[in-house]
Amino acid sequence: MITSLRGQSLLSLNEVSRDAILEVLNTAESFVEVNRRTIKKVPALKGRVVASLFFEESTRTRLSFETAAKRLSADVLSLAVASSSVKKGESLRDTIATIDALGIDAVVLRHRSSGAALQVSRYVPHVRVINAGDGQHQHPTQGLLDAFTIRQVLSQRRGTTGLESGGELFEGLRILIVGDIRHSRVARSDIAAYSTLGAEVRVCAPGTLLPDDVEQWPVTVATDFDESLEWADVVGLLRLQAERGSGAFVPSLDEFTFTHGLTVERFARMRPETLIMHPGPMNRGVEVDSRVVDAAAAIVEQQVANGVPIRMAVLYLSVAGSGESS
Amino acid sequence: MSIVLRQGLIIGPTSSVIGDVLVVDGTIADVGPAIDAPSDAYEVDARDCWVGPGFVDLHTHLREPGREAAETIESGARAGALGGYCALVAMPNTEPCLDNVATVSYVLARGATTPLDICVAGAITQGRRGEALAPMAEMAALGVRLFSDDGIGVRDPSVMRRALLYANPLGVRLAQHCEDEQLAGGGTMNEGALSSRLGLTGRPALAEELMVMRDLELVRATGAAMHFLHLSTARSVALVVAARAQGLRVTFEIAPHHFTLDEQCCEGYDPAFKVHPPLRTRDDVAALVAALRRGDVDAVATDHAPHAPELKDLPFDEAPAGMLGLEHAASLTYEALGAPQCDPAVFFQVMSRGPAAIAQLRREDAPPRHSAHGGSVAPGEDANLTVFSPSTHWTVSRSALASRSMNTPYDGRELSGRVRATIAKGRLVVDQEVLT
Repeated sequence: MITSLRGQSLLSLNEVSRDAILEVLNTAESFVEVNRRTIKKVPALKGRVVASLFFEESTRTRLSFETAAKRLSADVLSLAVASSSVKKGESLRDTIATIDALGIDAVVLRHRSSGAALQVSRYVPHVRVINAGDGQHQHPTQGLLDAFTIRQVLSQRRGTTGLESGGELFEGLRILIVGDIRHSRVARSDIAAYSTLGAEVRVCAPGTLLPDDVEQWPVTVATDFDESLEWADVVGLLRLQAERGSGAFVPSLDEFTFTHGLTVERFARMRPETLIMHPGPMNRGVEVDSRVVDAAAAIVEQQVANGVPIRMAVLYLSVAGSGESS
Repeated sequence: MSIVLRQGLIIGPTSSVIGDVLVVDGTIADVGPAIDAPSDAYEVDARDCWVGPGFVDLHTHLREPGREAAETIESGARAGALGGYCALVAMPNTEPCLDNVATVSYVLARGATTPLDICVAGAITQGRRGEALAPMAEMAALGVRLFSDDGIGVRDPSVMRRALLYANPLGVRLAQHCEDEQLAGGGTMNEGALSSRLGLTGRPALAEELMVMRDLELVRATGAAMHFLHLSTARSVALVVAARAQGLRVTFEIAPHHFTLDEQCCEGYDPAFKVHPPLRTRDDVAALVAALRRGDVDAVATDHAPHAPELKDLPFDEAPAGMLGLEHAASLTYEALGAPQCDPAVFFQVMSRGPAAIAQLRREDAPPRHSAHGGSVAPGEDANLTVFSPSTHWTVSRSALASRSMNTPYDGRELSGRVRATIAKGRLVVDQEVLT
């Protein structure tokens, strides 16, 4: 169990304690302020080198991590390879060894293979590894920024700040996660974060998109989507990968929309204060209707914006937090 | 050339005695309490060791032709000899595959240059594509007695039924890799809570068990003989054991990794633990060990599957499946049989007599091109003998293996029992635990 991210790699949220999560959220609060300044830069990681290795397509996560590193004054080595390491002809180990030889303090890794971040942390044990999404396994900074966004929005509504709210706001909070739970690293990280913070989590999905072991997850499975929408304080939508809808896991995207899409009709029946979240990129018209997206846009944009302070917090704690460096 | 094994415990099918074994010109010349050996006979001290029929592996991937960087017939034979094996059945999933007289002849010819008997399992279907039958009669004429599309199962039930009907009068046996690829496809480890947590696509036990059930019914319907490769679940083993008790002509093997390692090994995403069928649950491991100890298992087979280091040094889902087996199978089997209480008769049954019978390498089957295996340690028998030291402890080191590859899941593991000497086709191939 990781009780503080200081000096640690971040591979998964499964073994991260409530205190460690709150430490990241609280640290991120101070970086929100930095991002509002005219000069959006602090010298916290000056002279440090962060390698950003994206072996899978990504826009927002990559931009967000690199922006975060730069705002902390770190030097960023950026490598984007939108194909498997094998196709490129160089193995993951060799690529990491090459980057490591240049002298780095941290690696931010996105890879389509589950476990890639853990493997890299074994290749370069002296380097902090931040998992930016590995296969269907984990996307820990997404889980952190989603928790951060929920806390931020609900605190503002209560006329207080996230810092003052601490973690109590999550106690008993009703969070519904909808869609392709089975294949989603975001769902795994979100559920780990929410349940560790004390929220009550429900999942709702077609039978084929629930994980085999869902009864062992810290969630309840809801079969009535419409009832669950009324129940929820927060609704987390997930991206339905097109290939899941082409006859493999659900009969069609239309049918998915019929059973689990957040349509205008469903949206109209929800409580007005319910938060709608989506990690992006969205399939308008599939998991969520375009008109609902526009109505919920504020929160989804806030999620994107919060990506930067959360990743600043993670990089700061992980890299500057190690004893040797401070 | 003569060799005399001094004062080993000679393991018969039912009883064991301490004594000497004299080998002259490839044949066991004499067995007795104290043999007066020729003066030039090479002496092997077999005190505190078991002497029994040489091991036979029904399931070896020798990788030649096609992937010689991982293994060659020669390096595989050396690894086999160190593991106590006198005969290896080479699996047909080479490149090109062993589905015709030309490639089978090549492997048999290369095998004949090694000290071991290298037998071949021919492909059931052309190109192992599961469609048209391979020329089994032509390959059988070369001495091929087992046929398999191993690596994958024959998916189409009509093809499998035809293959069984065709093989039956030829007196050969089909060996199936039971995993329905449509259910297991894309999977990289056992399906369950752990695979879900790790975000790895699972290969369900069901994919194996459904094909076992289907094939048992095909065997029942055709009356043919069939061998089940590397069964990995409690249910699969129970199904085949029950069918065998009903009189179906079915046999099965289990692999050491399936009765010594469970799915938890995949937790660190180390591709050394990736194998098909996958490492299963703790309960499955316990059931396999129990079956082994009850004497229900026909054969232990290695599924020795070498892969070049760069291929196993990839993300888990990209790495090929398979692990080394030849050099530590005997120790792992000895341990699973309850070392030091291991019953040596059961040990030699699963390592030698059982697999030799399945591969039709027993004396009564008069195999062409190969010497006889799995018999008794008695005068007149072909000299294929393994000397196993139960009291030796050793530590596996992946860089110290004879195989060209290093993908053992047991690196650094201390094991009990080790092959002291191997006499294959009358030649002392391994002495004092090293190749001669």
